[in-house]
Amino acid sequence: MVMRDHVDAGSMQIMDTIFALSSGAPPAAIAVIRISGANASLALGTLAGRLPEPRRASVARLRDANGGTLDNALVLWFPGPDTVTGEDIAELHCHGGRAVVAAVEAVLAGLPNVRRATPGEFTRRSFVNGRIDLAEAEGLGDLLSAETELQRRSALAMAGGAFSRLVERWREELLTLSARVEAQLDFADEDDVAVSALDFSALGNGLCAEIRDWLARPRVEALREGYRVVLAGPPNAGKSTLFNALVESEAAIATPIAGTTRDVLTRPVAIEGVPFVFADTAGLRDDSTDTVETIGVERARDAVQRADLVLWLGAEDKAPDNAWKIEAQVDRPDHAAVHNPRHRISAVTGEGLASLRADLVEAARAALPKPGEAALSARQHRLLAEAEQALTVAGELKDPLLVAENLRLARVAFDSLLGRTTTEDMLDTLFNGFCIGK
Amino acid sequence: MQFFDIIVVGGGHAGVEAAAVAARMGARVALVSFDLSVIGAMSCNPAIGGLGKGHLVREVDAFDGVIARAADAAAIHYRMLNRSKGSAVQGPRVQADRTLFKAAVQRLLQEQGDLSLVQGEAAALRILGGRVSGVMLADGTELSGSAVVLCTGTFLGGTLFRGEERITGGRVGESSAQRLAAQMREADLPMARLKTGTPPRLDGRTIDWSRLAEQPSDGESWCMSAMSSGRVNSQVFCAITRTNPRSHDVIRANLHRSPLFSGAIGAKGPRYCPSIEDKIHRFADRDGHQIFLEPEGLDTPFVYPNGVSTSLPADVQLEMMRTMDGLERVEMFVPGYAVEYDHIDPRALRSTLEVRAMPGLYCAGQINGTTGYEEAAAQGLVAGMQAAANVLGKQPPELDRANSYIAVMIDDLTLHGVSEPYRMLTARAEYRLRLRANNATSRLTPLAIAAGCVGRARAEWFVRREERKSALAAELDRELHSNELASHGLPVRRDTGRLTLREWLRFDGVDLSRLSAWIAAEALVDSDLGDEMAEDAAYAPYLARQESELRELRANEALPLGDDFPYGDIPGLSREMVERLSAAHPATLAAAGRVPGITPAALATLLIHARRLAA
Repeated sequence: MVMRDHVDAGSMQIMDTIFALSSGAPPAAIAVIRISGANASLALGTLAGRLPEPRRASVARLRDANGGTLDNALVLWFPGPDTVTGEDIAELHCHGGRAVVAAVEAVLAGLPNVRRATPGEFTRRSFVNGRIDLAEAEGLGDLLSAETELQRRSALAMAGGAFSRLVERWREELLTLSARVEAQLDFADEDDVAVSALDFSALGNGLCAEIRDWLARPRVEALREGYRVVLAGPPNAGKSTLFNALVESEAAIATPIAGTTRDVLTRPVAIEGVPFVFADTAGLRDDSTDTVETIGVERARDAVQRADLVLWLGAEDKAPDNAWKIEAQVDRPDHAAVHNPRHRISAVTGEGLASLRADLVEAARAALPKPGEAALSARQHRLLAEAEQALTVAGELKDPLLVAENLRLARVAFDSLLGRTTTEDMLDTLFNGFCIGK
Repeated sequence: MQFFDIIVVGGGHAGVEAAAVAARMGARVALVSFDLSVIGAMSCNPAIGGLGKGHLVREVDAFDGVIARAADAAAIHYRMLNRSKGSAVQGPRVQADRTLFKAAVQRLLQEQGDLSLVQGEAAALRILGGRVSGVMLADGTELSGSAVVLCTGTFLGGTLFRGEERITGGRVGESSAQRLAAQMREADLPMARLKTGTPPRLDGRTIDWSRLAEQPSDGESWCMSAMSSGRVNSQVFCAITRTNPRSHDVIRANLHRSPLFSGAIGAKGPRYCPSIEDKIHRFADRDGHQIFLEPEGLDTPFVYPNGVSTSLPADVQLEMMRTMDGLERVEMFVPGYAVEYDHIDPRALRSTLEVRAMPGLYCAGQINGTTGYEEAAAQGLVAGMQAAANVLGKQPPELDRANSYIAVMIDDLTLHGVSEPYRMLTARAEYRLRLRANNATSRLTPLAIAAGCVGRARAEWFVRREERKSALAAELDRELHSNELASHGLPVRRDTGRLTLREWLRFDGVDLSRLSAWIAAEALVDSDLGDEMAEDAAYAPYLARQESELRELRANEALPLGDDFPYGDIPGLSREMVERLSAAHPATLAAAGRVPGITPAALATLLIHARRLAA
């Protein structure tokens, strides 16, 4: 499972030494270039003329192949395998001008078996070399691509291994359960093992409840992609105007002409550090004769289906379930009144917008992973759901053989989350806990 | 000089199966034993089979092996362990009369093909051009062979312990084993020590049977071998007694005299077969342990007290035994003892059981760190079959963890090595729902026939069985409406609809006997076959779910790593991973995944390199 999901064998060239600009895009005050792999020492030696003392910052003059000075840089040397990637690593802290960075990178790219890293390759090497486990690698990937504060804190929680430690504990509990069932199967009849009939519900339910709790949590995709707010309603209700106000740009063309918006327009935006994706949609009407608009209406309905929250600008009785009813265009005397709106706004005057934003942030915060709380990826969610399903079935069965098979399926799922094997572990648990054998 | 294809050294359970299967496959075989009269002897408990072990016996039988038929010929007590649980964990077990068993083995060996029994002690291996090419006997006779299978039990460095007593050596004389042992050492094979033990043998005439709970032989008619037509001997009962606080006091007061506790024995013993002193020490809260009193034969007063393996001094053993109900005046024929012995780290073997460093030499049985007749027999079968296939240029059968306990064991041994004597357990087989003792024939006999391991009688029987099987399968494919079942009193909802009989078998309260009204009577004649097919139907959803796991397993099994895979040269493999992989030499990527401690990251790295090397 690991091989399939996480390593694209074709693109991965483990033999190569890789380098990348690890700091932000130049120009900047400092540019950090990281080099990892067997030829990191060659790279550093070529550029700096020597290998500095390990794990000590020192100043070196970087030169090109002809001896021309490229930069005066701070250089660091980390011999493997006790490094973050498990390989030899060199770091060059150069001056952050575009020309300097380009020149240093050109020298590196010219060295044998040295090439530019592909995105995420440093993390992948850390994983491949056993420096971090799967969950940590996944969290780290999120950390590197985190754009908002909320995303960063969640990714940090994952990369810190909190989730792995939790799955470890669940796995231990599961091993104890398995050992009890196996003791019944392999030893009960042959000897005088004191194996009471397994009260599985008491033992397994706590574990199940904990896993269900995790499954109910928001997934990391919501965090990565943002809280999805869809603006919907009949044509000409002011959706595009409100959309533009919320994303603070003239992204959508707002006109008084009904049916102006024909496709779903999305914009990611962070409000108070919370990631949102706002979607503007075609006005919902059934009588359009325009093919393009008809398709747009279909897409709008689709977007409403997939929304975390719908802002409904239109007749109350047509509002989708759980949508927020918005009385829009309140600056216009002829606007359609809403009986009990959640918000009354005018995107033109700005009336009510601050309170709508605050309300949205609060709703999104409740629905997204809590700050600093690890959130599950779709893959982790799927595996955990498999484990939960197997444990639930195990709790309902009476035949210990089938209970054992379901516990095994749950173990396989935990193993996939952690990347381990368990038969031997289970036997260890079994033999340490029971007086068995003749 | 005498010429053979295969030379098997040792006439225990491993040696017998190795020689027999090689002969069935058409090889010219010599079985060398220091005393031909002890071929087929049971050296420890008088039982064959058990949980996990019964599976192995049935699998060896599916290859037309000897052990199951000999067990039936000698059985004086049949018991299906785990009868109350699902059939995948049921373990057929018999107690066998030692004399009858040995006689049956020796008789069956006569029928296996070109098999010569050679009396003598294998003193040394003949090695030509880096290949093992035969053995030299102690009397100077040379036997030439293309492969040698060593099934010598504990001949290397065995020491017996009983209280303060030490007896070095084993059944095989020191002097003759010396050169062979020296050759093994020269080959620089990784060796380690293990410990095992045996209980005292009691005089059944001094046991008060009337005071003890009897355990009769079960009243059914199943046999160990698919080829046995019934139970031939009169059946005896076993009895059950228990240790009690007084027995424990005797043991505790003398623990310092047990070599296990005095530090004399350093090697690890089997956790699932602990000595009685170990049990009482580790599980001090228990006030008693069950002891099974098992008769060793029809014409012998010897009784084997199963559950009191011990190396306490003989006087303490007797005192302890006499604290138990029914044993107040018991006499011992032979006191129990512990044995410490050398074995080869089985990670030095290929999955064919050939020693990687000594081509042409195969090892099977206790020498590989296992315990038990059944484990030995199964390894003997594998070693003999692989050696014969190699010598005769035949294709050996493809065994894997999803089709046999045999492969589970070989895989565990050659990848994990052993830290205690290895015993089969059903828990070791992750696909045990499909590896049942009662479907071994369906799983393995077709492979065995293709590999040429099966004699004519069984091959003909198998053809007829396949006909019965397809007849019953056709019956089970018929559809039946829930109304009809419910009208006959079966516990199904009337509105469930039409399902095949096969599908109805998954419902609680529906089994083959309750469906018999709708099945042609002649299709139900073979009740073993019926049970097997009904269980397949009941487990079908689980078996289907395992398919994706198996696809992945087989895809990874298809990616060979090979003997010379350069683990040390692969950047990205930590030193620890390189050490583990180099010790186990996994043959495929899937096998690498089963080496203990190998991380998914290391596997990913291996995958990439294996693909690159294959390209």
